Amino acid sequence: MDATPQLPKPVANADSQPYWAAARERRLLIRRCSACQQLHFMPRYLCPHCWSDQLEWVDSKGAGVVHSFTIIRRAPIATFAGNAPYVVVMVELDEGPRMITNLVGDDALQVAIGDRVSVAFEDRGDGDLLPQFQRSSA
Amino acid sequence: MSKKNATSIKNQVAIVGVGESEIGRVPHMSGLGLNAQAAKRALDESGLKPSDIDGVLTAYSFTEPYFMLGSVLCEYLGIQPRFNASLIAGGASPAVMLKHAAEAIVSGQAETILVCAGENRATGQSRDAAVASLMAVGHPYFEQPYGTSIPGFYAMIAQRHMHVYGTTREQMAEVAVNTRAHALLHPNAHMKKPLTLEEVLAAKPIADPLGMLDCCLISDAGGAFIVTSAERAQDLKAKPIYLQGIGEFHTHEHLMCAPSLTEFGATESGRIAYAMAGLGPQDIDVAELYDCFTIVPIIELEELGFCKPGEGGAFFAEGHARIGGRLPVNTHGGMLSHAHAGAAGGLFGMVEAVRQLRGGLGERQVQGAEVALVHNEGGILSSHCTAILANAKG
Ligand SMILES: [Zn+2]
Repeated sequence: MDATPQLPKPVANADSQPYWAAARERRLLIRRCSACQQLHFMPRYLCPHCWSDQLEWVDSKGAGVVHSFTIIRRAPIATFAGNAPYVVVMVELDEGPRMITNLVGDDALQVAIGDRVSVAFEDRGDGDLLPQFQRSSA
Repeated sequence: MSKKNATSIKNQVAIVGVGESEIGRVPHMSGLGLNAQAAKRALDESGLKPSDIDGVLTAYSFTEPYFMLGSVLCEYLGIQPRFNASLIAGGASPAVMLKHAAEAIVSGQAETILVCAGENRATGQSRDAAVASLMAVGHPYFEQPYGTSIPGFYAMIAQRHMHVYGTTREQMAEVAVNTRAHALLHPNAHMKKPLTLEEVLAAKPIADPLGMLDCCLISDAGGAFIVTSAERAQDLKAKPIYLQGIGEFHTHEHLMCAPSLTEFGATESGRIAYAMAGLGPQDIDVAELYDCFTIVPIIELEELGFCKPGEGGAFFAEGHARIGGRLPVNTHGGMLSHAHAGAAGGLFGMVEAVRQLRGGLGERQVQGAEVALVHNEGGILSSHCTAILANAKG
């Protein structure tokens, strides 16, 4: 994918630094709680299910299904205006957690709930990669 | 524990004055000025004096650069209260403020509390700034990099509702038509022209399936109400409207962390409010439901028990939500047609419920209205608060 340096770059903080570092290696990480074994997406200091602070990062297979979507016709800010119409999707990963992302690719606008999707990484400049999804080839 | 608190609020406080500012494009007034005008009108209605106010609650403003908005508003109004806060629960703030006000009055922290919110959102900032500030509701690190927007999040909820229940684009459009018909009966509503189903369906697309007319207004507006003890309320100028039940529930902030896209916190906030009031959906005569987007009151009707899951769209399409229908909804025109300016949007639902319960609204009056339900939600159906008001103690 072409570099789109005008779009926002990932911003890492102490909770998310390993997530974004892995993205630069084209890996999608999710969090697993060592105490209750439950998975969650948004990284944080403790497990939202049991409050254990014993957490580990695991590699997602990067496959999932479109839980819902919208086609943005009017971009919220000027930096995205050139991309409209574009697709925002909620993806339910096969491992369970859900994330918000874009559906990219030539057939993105034909999106439907239930579509199988797989992770693709979008270049946001300076080696920063943003996890995105595209429809899986059948 | 919660049960004990619940029974202690019922019938113990009343709303004794409501006010709304000039609404629409009001460039000759500041955001604080709109708040003050609404507060003055609410106070005049109650017959109380400014010195009777010993508590003030307000929410937030996107247009004016104040940090401690609660004390800023008190300073502007010349009030030195013993109870004051700025409370931020997005669109749910007004009903949550009513709950905090009631608890403060019942526990003796204050006797008479002004609840006030509003912004000059139409003229106090550029339209681009308004839209950009609304994007800030998305998670800054995990949602905003994808160009998410508030209409986009609600659109994903709508899309899922359509997928699971078969709700249609036309049914959502009927919500906008319903609310506009009511706004035409309100002398102070922002929108003053009739609206047809065809116009809603043909409006500029924003985020599929939502078009421009599925989205709430951007208005200059302020709203206010005065809450006092049921005892103090008895000998005031306006007919007291009693709080019979109130409940809140919060499930997430960002949509990516929502437990479900079809089940939200209104079911639980409603359950708490009904239990406190000792009433059920069948006892409600009029409902003022948060309507930032047309899908939202459809979901709220379902969660609050007025119809089964999946039947909210048909409820609107079949006209049951009209004045004169089975359950009139958003009799003032809601945020889609009356006004939306930050936390004032949902506050006008409270104002309208009080007016309906007092009676005498002419064509807009829901005949025989004795019990009203107001539901506010904030975030992306994240924070919920349900209030049940009545024109007599229950
Ligand atoms: Zn755990």
